[in-house]
Amino acid sequence: MQLIINVNLRRLALALVILMPCAAELKEATLQILRNGENAGSYILQAGDPSLAEWKLPPLNIADQTSADHTQSDALIKLGRALFFDPKLSSDNSRSCASCHRPKLGWSDGRPTAVGLNGQPLDRATPSLYNSAYGTIFTWDGRASSLEEQALGPVYDPSEMGSSADELLTKLRSDEYYRKAFAEVFTEQLITDQFITDQFITEDSISRALASFERTLLVQNTRFDQWVAGDHNALTLSEIRGFGVFLDSERGSCATCHAPPNFTDDGFHNIGLASFSDPDPDLGRYNIRPVKLMRGAFKTPSLRNITLTAPYFHDGSAETLEDVVEHYQQGGVSKGNLSPEMKDIDLNTQDVDDLIAFLRAISITRDDESINMASEQ
Amino acid sequence: MNTALKVLTTFTLWFSVGYVIADQLPNVGQKDKKFSVEKLQVNVGDTVTFTNDDPFFHNVFSLSPAATFDLGSYPQGESRDITFEEAGEVQVECAIHPSMQMTIEVTE
Repeated sequence: MQLIINVNLRRLALALVILMPCAAELKEATLQILRNGENAGSYILQAGDPSLAEWKLPPLNIADQTSADHTQSDALIKLGRALFFDPKLSSDNSRSCASCHRPKLGWSDGRPTAVGLNGQPLDRATPSLYNSAYGTIFTWDGRASSLEEQALGPVYDPSEMGSSADELLTKLRSDEYYRKAFAEVFTEQLITDQFITDQFITEDSISRALASFERTLLVQNTRFDQWVAGDHNALTLSEIRGFGVFLDSERGSCATCHAPPNFTDDGFHNIGLASFSDPDPDLGRYNIRPVKLMRGAFKTPSLRNITLTAPYFHDGSAETLEDVVEHYQQGGVSKGNLSPEMKDIDLNTQDVDDLIAFLRAISITRDDESINMASEQ
Repeated sequence: MNTALKVLTTFTLWFSVGYVIADQLPNVGQKDKKFSVEKLQVNVGDTVTFTNDDPFFHNVFSLSPAATFDLGSYPQGESRDITFEEAGEVQVECAIHPSMQMTIEVTE
């Protein structure tokens, strides 16, 4: 059965037209969702439809993303992986980047908010690193404009890893593996003189290596991606309907912020979390850009592999995807300084079920994570 | 006849000049999360209009010493104006979408 659903954004009317008789082998319906905006056309929710092209993740041009004169080589990625999992990067050799960004927990930590040095609780959730290669701004408040710029922030933060530039460079320059590895990566030749090799171990080269490794943590082949590419069997009818709810500005309206292709606008929104009503709330982006609308605003996270990265929101206050949808159904809890994009949405039970089914379809399963598991070696 | 012609000419010129001035007021659009121009040069006293052509909100602001302003958030089809009173370079951003950036050079 082929169905066409037209959603007229002005009259809020929903029309259901049965166009043709049922074909037993046809597993998906064709839904048509008007795109938000004047004369913006429609999304045709059918596998491989050209209208869905903007949801295809583009190939990464790694050379463009590397900030300096070295492209992202395998050797640099390997070096970055070694650094990422090395507790030497913390002051007491107890914590590595992977202590919070844990591969088996979606490169997050499964906690509402992170735990730092000596077990002290931190203020915000550990953001997942998935698809950060596609990002343009980093951390919950956007204080870093590149992965390189972000890389040493937690290393030097007294609450997180507590190290310093001097301590970090001293440790790594006294390590035979790193002396050899850095020199090889940055000169492409074997150098044994320690005075020379030390010159290649710098904050800049450490940051480059860490960022290069983080750029390999990609999610590009979920069932949703397969469906966008043309596989009619990749999504169920419920998941396709859920994508329609996700897109529709009169129902979920999720795509306004969780925009294509990486399910984020790399933007900042106050979504009305209850914690913003605390006596001394986390002001988020306002600390970086003191503009009124940014009080309590945080970066829109990407959603690929969302099932692996619970709990949700910057304060970890939503345990499940159902909790997340319920939050948006309410239009937020703390209404002060709410993003103008937040509105009361009225989803029926079917819509909610379909939407959550769709969200699960933009995640790979843990069994598919062989690449990420290998990264832990 | 001559007087009527002069009046007509005067009105024509007045309206023409008025139209040209209005047409020359810089209007910077916001479309597809980009400003319509990356750089703009205006004179002290000029007013620039920022018009949102995207189907979601923008919030144009600047924290530059030469012009610190926050135009607030506004939806598609709406505009906000800002008049520049001092010479200098003004970095303009969207608070919601920080990849949206442009520069306005204000000259005497």
